[in-house]
Amino acid sequence: MTDALSVKNLKKSFGALTAVNDISFQVKKGSCFGLLGPNGAGKTTTLEIIEGLVAPDSGEINYPLKPQSMSRQAYIGIQFQDTALQDHITVGETLNMFADLYGKRENLSRLIELCALSDFLSQDTRKLSGGQRQRLLLALALVHDPEVVYLDEPTTGLDPQARRNFWQLVESIKQQGKTLVLTTHYMDEAQTLCDEIVILDKGKIIQQGCPQQLLSDHFNGHMIQLPESLFPAVSQVITTPITRGNLMLEFASQDITHDLQQLMAANIPLTGLKVHQPNLEDLFIKLTGHQLRG
Amino acid sequence: MFNFKRFSAIFKSRNLEFWRDRSALSWNLIFPLLLIIGMAVVFDRGQPVELKVGLLNTEQAPAFTSTIKYTEFVHYNSFEAAMSKVTHHQIDMLIDVENQEYYVNSESSKGYLAKSVLSSAIKQYQEQAVEGKAVRYVDWVVPGILGMNIMFSSLFGVGYVIVRYRKNGVLKRISTTPITALEFVGAQLVSRLMIVVLISASVFLATWFTIDFLVLGNLFLLLLILLLGTMSLISLGLLVASRLQSEELTGGLLNMASWPMMLLSGVWFSLEGAPVWVQQFAQLLPLTHLVEAARSVMIDGAVLADVSHHLFALSLMSVLFLTLGAKLFSWGNSR
Repeated sequence: MTDALSVKNLKKSFGALTAVNDISFQVKKGSCFGLLGPNGAGKTTTLEIIEGLVAPDSGEINYPLKPQSMSRQAYIGIQFQDTALQDHITVGETLNMFADLYGKRENLSRLIELCALSDFLSQDTRKLSGGQRQRLLLALALVHDPEVVYLDEPTTGLDPQARRNFWQLVESIKQQGKTLVLTTHYMDEAQTLCDEIVILDKGKIIQQGCPQQLLSDHFNGHMIQLPESLFPAVSQVITTPITRGNLMLEFASQDITHDLQQLMAANIPLTGLKVHQPNLEDLFIKLTGHQLRG
Repeated sequence: MFNFKRFSAIFKSRNLEFWRDRSALSWNLIFPLLLIIGMAVVFDRGQPVELKVGLLNTEQAPAFTSTIKYTEFVHYNSFEAAMSKVTHHQIDMLIDVENQEYYVNSESSKGYLAKSVLSSAIKQYQEQAVEGKAVRYVDWVVPGILGMNIMFSSLFGVGYVIVRYRKNGVLKRISTTPITALEFVGAQLVSRLMIVVLISASVFLATWFTIDFLVLGNLFLLLLILLLGTMSLISLGLLVASRLQSEELTGGLLNMASWPMMLLSGVWFSLEGAPVWVQQFAQLLPLTHLVEAARSVMIDGAVLADVSHHLFALSLMSVLFLTLGAKLFSWGNSR
């Protein structure tokens, strides 16, 4: 696959704060690429530099497949994390306005169907639910049929069902061959949608690759969780590193049966026990030693 | 290149936003109506007793002007302008010292009073009678109030909206489309121009039928003055809001622009007796040209040639403010 986006040595500081510290990556055409990290990791600043909204201190951004005659605005589509729309304007009027700003109304009916907007086209945009609003914002990002689409924290604040509906929508956009770049601090979202991710912390890339590959590189087995109050007793029995946080302790287990027998032999109560596959959140904690949702 | 489709997309959505905001719309209509009708009621009881006397072609004020009390003396270089004032009771007497003549309106009670007060000073002078209906204070003040309302609606109407758009991210979202600053600013200008002109014309007609103020000149010329005056004030608002992020600071700066105009552009009182430098400064303010031009058309029956210098000043200011505003305009992206 060819690269749709190439980012090289991006740097950006705001006073003493280095928000983006020498970031480089490539995004393959037709893939979904995730920028992950806790709040304040530099995801949104990185994205806004790539989108051309914030000037970097140094670094390069290239779209190798963009025809020379095409403007960057026409080539990319953006869904912002917080976007206000004009007051007193309906969904349909907002779509028409943005379509006219690009001079492209021909996609509208397809887009209304794709993003399931037809039921509330005549509704004031201020009266939309969270999920409806995100679907409209995504439609605005796609109104001119761009090749590369940026989604900044697209499901923040949505209920679980609305998030899953949104994921389905993103999948169908992916199937159309669009290249997607998304930021999120939801690890399940990244794991579900992204073909490749970078994990950012304090403005730097700390890990990069395919989510499944990264997990198999770093973990072998399952993750076991118990109430944190049991830490003194568990640490006597379990030899692998134990992390603590959110009132739970957690450790990786290569042999669940063996580890559970050890715990029971030591009379440690298993009330509150949870076993799960390692996920990106576990990876982040392993790499940085702190929780992802800061 | 200027793209009319993008321009009209923003123009249309801004219009919808304004017309659907019922509270703002009602306030824009009701406030000036109440103000004009209120002024008409308050000043219906007659004018204050202080006399206003014109002096024609005098470099230095004659000696008697320093001894006469409760009388304001105003200098005129144009006989026609001064006579128009006597005809419409805007000054109570005109004294031509050089030709030893004075002009007084036989229908003016204050003209009669001025004759008594100044009797010893003008006893050698020849009286020339003038006739003409009084211009009531309300006739004089209506162009001022309408102008003031246009000023507030233009400055704050675009200034606050643009800063709000910048603050809440509407501008940021729009900036990612191919639209240019000139297209966006132009759309805001034309949308507001249409809104202000429609509202001002409605208020003008409604109050004209209600309190029957004086309109001697041509209504189309008034419309032209309204268009150019409003355009210059909206452009000034766009210039002030071109880079600001804070609504509070915008409010402060717009107040700083509007208060000198409130006081020095002849909204409530004439600057005829004010120091020359104040009058010269007032010529730099767009509202001065709007009010002076509208007033001379309404109460003096001025024609296009008489107000052309005001129209030229308003056009020049519009071009200057709009060009600067579009050049300085920031979408508010870079932090």
